[in-house]
Amino acid sequence: MSETQITTDQTQFVETKQDSNFKRLLRSFKKNKLALYSLYVIILLLLIVIFGPWITPYDPQEANYDSILEAPSWQHLAGTDEFGKDVLSRLIVGARLSLGVGVSAVLLGAVAGTILGLISGFFGKWVDRVIMRICDILFAFPDLVLAIAMVAILGPGMKNVIIAIAFFSTPSFARIVRGETLEIKERLFIEAERSIGAKKSRIILRHVFPQTISTIIVYITMNIGGAIISAASLSFLGLGASPSSPEWGAMLSASRDYIGHAFHLIFFPGLAVFITVLVLNLFGDGLRDVLDPKTRD
Amino acid sequence: MGRYIIKRIIGLIPLLLAVSFLIFIFIHLIPGDPARLMAGKDATNDEVEALRTYLGLDKPILEQYFIYMKELFQGDLGHSLRSNAPVTQLFGERFLPSLQLSILSIGWAMLIGILLGVISAVFRGRWPDYFGTITAISGISVPNFWLGLVMIQLFAVQFNIFPAGGIETWKGYVLPSFALGAGIMAMITRFTRSSLVQTLQEDFIRTARSRGLGERAIIFGHALKKSMITVLTIAGLQFGFLLGGSIVVETVFSFPGMGRLLIDSIQFRDYPVVQSLLLIFSLEFILVNLIVDILYGFFNPKIRYN
Repeated sequence: MSETQITTDQTQFVETKQDSNFKRLLRSFKKNKLALYSLYVIILLLLIVIFGPWITPYDPQEANYDSILEAPSWQHLAGTDEFGKDVLSRLIVGARLSLGVGVSAVLLGAVAGTILGLISGFFGKWVDRVIMRICDILFAFPDLVLAIAMVAILGPGMKNVIIAIAFFSTPSFARIVRGETLEIKERLFIEAERSIGAKKSRIILRHVFPQTISTIIVYITMNIGGAIISAASLSFLGLGASPSSPEWGAMLSASRDYIGHAFHLIFFPGLAVFITVLVLNLFGDGLRDVLDPKTRD
Repeated sequence: MGRYIIKRIIGLIPLLLAVSFLIFIFIHLIPGDPARLMAGKDATNDEVEALRTYLGLDKPILEQYFIYMKELFQGDLGHSLRSNAPVTQLFGERFLPSLQLSILSIGWAMLIGILLGVISAVFRGRWPDYFGTITAISGISVPNFWLGLVMIQLFAVQFNIFPAGGIETWKGYVLPSFALGAGIMAMITRFTRSSLVQTLQEDFIRTARSRGLGERAIIFGHALKKSMITVLTIAGLQFGFLLGGSIVVETVFSFPGMGRLLIDSIQFRDYPVVQSLLLIFSLEFILVNLIVDILYGFFNPKIRYN
């Protein structure tokens, strides 16, 4: 009975401490106006991703041959495409694809890279050497070149684009987490854990990993924008989403031939990528300044 | 210094071997039978088998790799499946335009990037700084293929100042190099600014000020000289971005370079060309990183002796 009591008290203590810590971070984040406004736009984008199919002004799939390639107007805010489909509606449903690919690719790369980095940094010796040499080999390829090679092997398609981008993101996450792990490993509280005979897996998961989380979060946010551009680039090159898909890069690729005739077909999908990546980068910068001030530039 | 360079170059040999092996395996993992593809749709099974033996594709994969490496050292990159031309000849036609495009892009990006970075750092916290920062973060966030298409619309379709594609005259390089350099310019602006802001707070700058040196002499003569080390490193690291970006930008502008050759060759499953291009791209990237490392060691003796 008394033991339970103590545990509860400890949890409460930890919670309040974390809470005030969180509030402090939030206050310092709010000072960065640009990052704060970017967060609002990101929330708006997330709402579009969630409710997309229910809020489109028109059916994004419905062709209307009476109104093809119409310039933006009050009826069609972003104009219509070569089938008379409403571009704005297609952009809204496409947000899921474009953002989804970027986010899932970076998350996948982050998970794989974090596992490799923790193992590499914690166990050292030959394990570390093998993992780091493999990373070195992958670092010898420019990112997009590696992704293009991967998609060439796996074949085009959204799933393979995710794998390709995750594949080139993994080594950088591995290297960063390894660096952090090497430093954390030497700290006194880890030595204490070791001396009481804690299992290695427990030390890694309960003590080393939590210390690396803030760095990982910052790095994830900083990378999502780039991943969205990479995914859109692959679709634009015809290696990603199918040309009929409302993915933003694929929309741009499909409308290349209409340059000079229907510029809105090119302008709006690209603008959507640009704004999304811009707010993600601004937010990432703000988050880094708060969570990881030592890497501030 | 010479010793350091030799040590660095020798250290690259295992990496180069590993990279070439990985690319070789990559290409062999691509689904589809190159022998059947080359023989054409109407070929009989016997003809395909004969071609397979002729190409050496029936040999064990490791043996194929050794043969490939032997030929590589003799300067033989194989023949294109599509045009049957030697791969080296295809590269001969494409390499120079791509190299010129890269140099132009990184050239203007460094010039404008450093200038904007210096202005931002000097006017820190005032409107020129905000202008520089917004330009920089926009440059990083803009997809270069979109920037390229928007510029085609503006400068080729609307005002007809520059061509939308092709490189018959120097004008053909202007729009592609702008689209390709924008992201790099943005990175260089950011790093010049941050590095200069840091340097301007150091003691030797205070000393220079106390000696009564003009602000211009302090920034260009003292501070920027030190910050250039960081800027050079960043410019070198951006080269990978440039190689990847060139693939996309060359496609937008129908630019006859290596990047577009890669996309065309992937679409036609022209494996010998894809393989050699991947090798060249990674080789270029490794070489540029080596040069950056050596320059870094040159400016910063501490690194050399470790």
